[in-house]
Amino acid sequence: MPKRTFKVWRGEGDNGEFKDYTVNVDKGMVVLDAIHNIQAEHAGDLAVRWNCKAGKCGSCSVEINGKPRLGCMTRLNEFDENETITVEPLKSFPTIKDLVTDVSWNYTQNQRIKPFNPRPREKDGNHYMMQRDVDRIQEFRKCIECYLCQDVCHVIREQNQKDKFVGPRFMLRLASLEMHPLDQEDRIDDIKNKYGSGMCNITRCCTDVCPEHIQITDNSIIPLKERVVDRYYDPVKRLFSKLFSKK
Amino acid sequence: MFDIKELETIEHDVLVVGAGGAGIRAAIECAKRGMNTGMISKSLLGKAHTVMAEGGMAAALGNVDSRDNWKIHFRDTMRGGKFLNQWRMAELHARQAPDRVRELEDMGAVFDRTKDGLINQRNFGGHRYPRLAHVGDRTGLEMIRTLQDFCVHQGIATHMECIALDVLTTNGAVNGLVAYWRDTGRFVLFKTKAIIFATGGAGRAWSVTSNSWEYTGDGAAMAYRSGAELMDLEFTQFHPTGMVWPPSVKGILVTEGVRGEGGILFNNKNERFMFNYIPEKFATETADTIEESEKWFDGDNDARRPPELLTRDVVARAIMNEVKEGRGSEHGGVYLDIASRRPADYIKKKLPSMYHQFKELAEVDITADAMEVGPTLHYFMGGIRVNHDTQQTNVPGLFACGECAAGLHGANRLGGNSLSDLLVFGKLAGEHASDYASKNQFKEINSQAVESIIRKNTNILNREDGPNPYALNKKIQSVMNNHVGIVREENELKEGIAKLNSLKEEIKNVKADSASQYNPGWNLAIDINNMIVACEAVAKSALERKESRGGHTRIDFPDENKECLDFNLVIKKDDDGSMHVRKEPRKQPPDELSSIAYATLEELENA
Repeated sequence: MPKRTFKVWRGEGDNGEFKDYTVNVDKGMVVLDAIHNIQAEHAGDLAVRWNCKAGKCGSCSVEINGKPRLGCMTRLNEFDENETITVEPLKSFPTIKDLVTDVSWNYTQNQRIKPFNPRPREKDGNHYMMQRDVDRIQEFRKCIECYLCQDVCHVIREQNQKDKFVGPRFMLRLASLEMHPLDQEDRIDDIKNKYGSGMCNITRCCTDVCPEHIQITDNSIIPLKERVVDRYYDPVKRLFSKLFSKK
Repeated sequence: MFDIKELETIEHDVLVVGAGGAGIRAAIECAKRGMNTGMISKSLLGKAHTVMAEGGMAAALGNVDSRDNWKIHFRDTMRGGKFLNQWRMAELHARQAPDRVRELEDMGAVFDRTKDGLINQRNFGGHRYPRLAHVGDRTGLEMIRTLQDFCVHQGIATHMECIALDVLTTNGAVNGLVAYWRDTGRFVLFKTKAIIFATGGAGRAWSVTSNSWEYTGDGAAMAYRSGAELMDLEFTQFHPTGMVWPPSVKGILVTEGVRGEGGILFNNKNERFMFNYIPEKFATETADTIEESEKWFDGDNDARRPPELLTRDVVARAIMNEVKEGRGSEHGGVYLDIASRRPADYIKKKLPSMYHQFKELAEVDITADAMEVGPTLHYFMGGIRVNHDTQQTNVPGLFACGECAAGLHGANRLGGNSLSDLLVFGKLAGEHASDYASKNQFKEINSQAVESIIRKNTNILNREDGPNPYALNKKIQSVMNNHVGIVREENELKEGIAKLNSLKEEIKNVKADSASQYNPGWNLAIDINNMIVACEAVAKSALERKESRGGHTRIDFPDENKECLDFNLVIKKDDDGSMHVRKEPRKQPPDELSSIAYATLEELENA
């Protein structure tokens, strides 16, 4: 069986270093398999999160050769045979240990968002929604909360402005609420003032790393920005909304 | 010296262990009833195995075929479970599932729609009518995210990456639970009036499984140690279609939705072999020619269902047999084809995550080529024995729901009945645990019991030497795969039990390296202490049930035996600490339910 060398970040908090591990690799293996082999053979205490191993739960987010990726969906055969593969924790969040980061900030953002508030059911007890009217939010709801988009976003990663912007994941969540045919809540003011829609400068890095291939920028962030613009900067609509507030 | 006052202590009226569909639904119910509610989970919130559920959630809404009603769903569930289900649970489930689906929609779930704008429903194995509310092939994700987003506004204390170790009792009743935080490795004491287990199965004990690292039988083992009874453990579901190639993805689930959407199975002779495996019981309701099955796929109401949609146990055994007799695929499975049956766009729309999964993990384009699939350990029908109305175990204050509880599915679970199980019984467990907690007080904690739990688990790190947890886990998996697999036999089982016994001794000395902070080796060492309990229970029950029924197949007793329908196998820890299996006689069902279960379809369709 062929062998491969991996450089894996080891350490707690801010202190750590890369360590080299060489393990056997089998056909079809992904980076997460290699990490598991390292655990079983060399470092039982190597910390990594994972669950489904099929790209559905978004637990095994790491940076592989500098790029935010899911360990379970990154196949070894995309790399040259002799290339060393580097695996390190997400950079935008504090490292707990090895490949595990403290992503609790994301859970706090979710909690800040005004919850879904559906209109009452029709008299026959049903909600009626046409498939074409839910197609767009079903795309957003494919999100597996891997936080790769949060990790790569400049506002969060380079500028560390977590207090000003909720990040692409939660813009997506806001869009899925705002565009939900049954929802009656109005979050446009919050989107501008609390969640920081103006901070995003549409570089589309989030969309590039999304393992679910969700068009985060074009389909969720830009439309939300447009709704904010309509409300705050369109004089006619501004007057209209003052008179008949509600979305 | 150990001082319990120095231990971090958190109080909750009700503590829910597990945050999959059942756990979150239970917690929501407790919070709604004014309980101070806590929920702990091994992983982060929203990552539980529920996300892996693909096909849908079964409920007789009748949106696609108005002939459907709860009675037919109940009948399908009993027939699928080979009549070993708890009658009352199957009734509650079939009656309440539609409301739980609608409630999920009110929490924000966005199901696929019919052309009239209602919740769409798809066909699935063993369900007479299109019954599964679904979102493409990611229904579980939709469910968990909806519950998660809802629950964070209900005042529930969510303790993530907090792993339960054991239940504490006073005079046999629940009063607390010891757990540890995964990140710091520190211990925590929960003082509580009631506990709800929603901990899932123990599929991780097999080497070919669709289950994640969390599925180590924690709930079953903790319940067992605290004196609770387990039931129906011999019934383990091998899902017929798991990936078989490449080796690193072996076991990952391929949704039954592929067949529900028109996919067919064939062998290396290009035969649709399922026509050769139609059990007598289902013969009158299953198509026996390709022509008829095609008519059914085209929506002909008078045509009977294709045999690819027989129950999972039947399909899994058929695939095994094809492979055994040399008609398997290149890598030891069979072929599952949707490419030649549906347009590429349709496949991508209805089965997006299957498309994605095969493309990225196996380099197979399922809109162009057939998939290779084979059985994978998927689900525990058995688990903790509960009262069929209240979900309470025989330990006062201890409740269980979801996969870790036994009863609803009997000998075999129908696809789609799991997601509805989670919500129906999650809610009921929450209701009754809240009721119990309101009538009971916090009780004094026995500090010695706490100390011994902590000591047992820290010893794993402190001992000088011992077997490696990863190696032990592999050994367990190979014993279960080889001796307690899809087809079982007396001598194999006895040998398996002997091997498990010696593994039990090895596990007593398991050694994990390094410190307790976020240490997967230590976490696994703790988990395999639970896993081995579940394994022993499965193997011993499998030995005791001398027939083949549903998810339990004995090569030495290849048929169903009518007398074996008179009992469920119940497991309890004996006074001497050994595991005792007994036959619990089944009560006569109420006449109304039994007449529904044995009725003809015509009788129920017009009811």
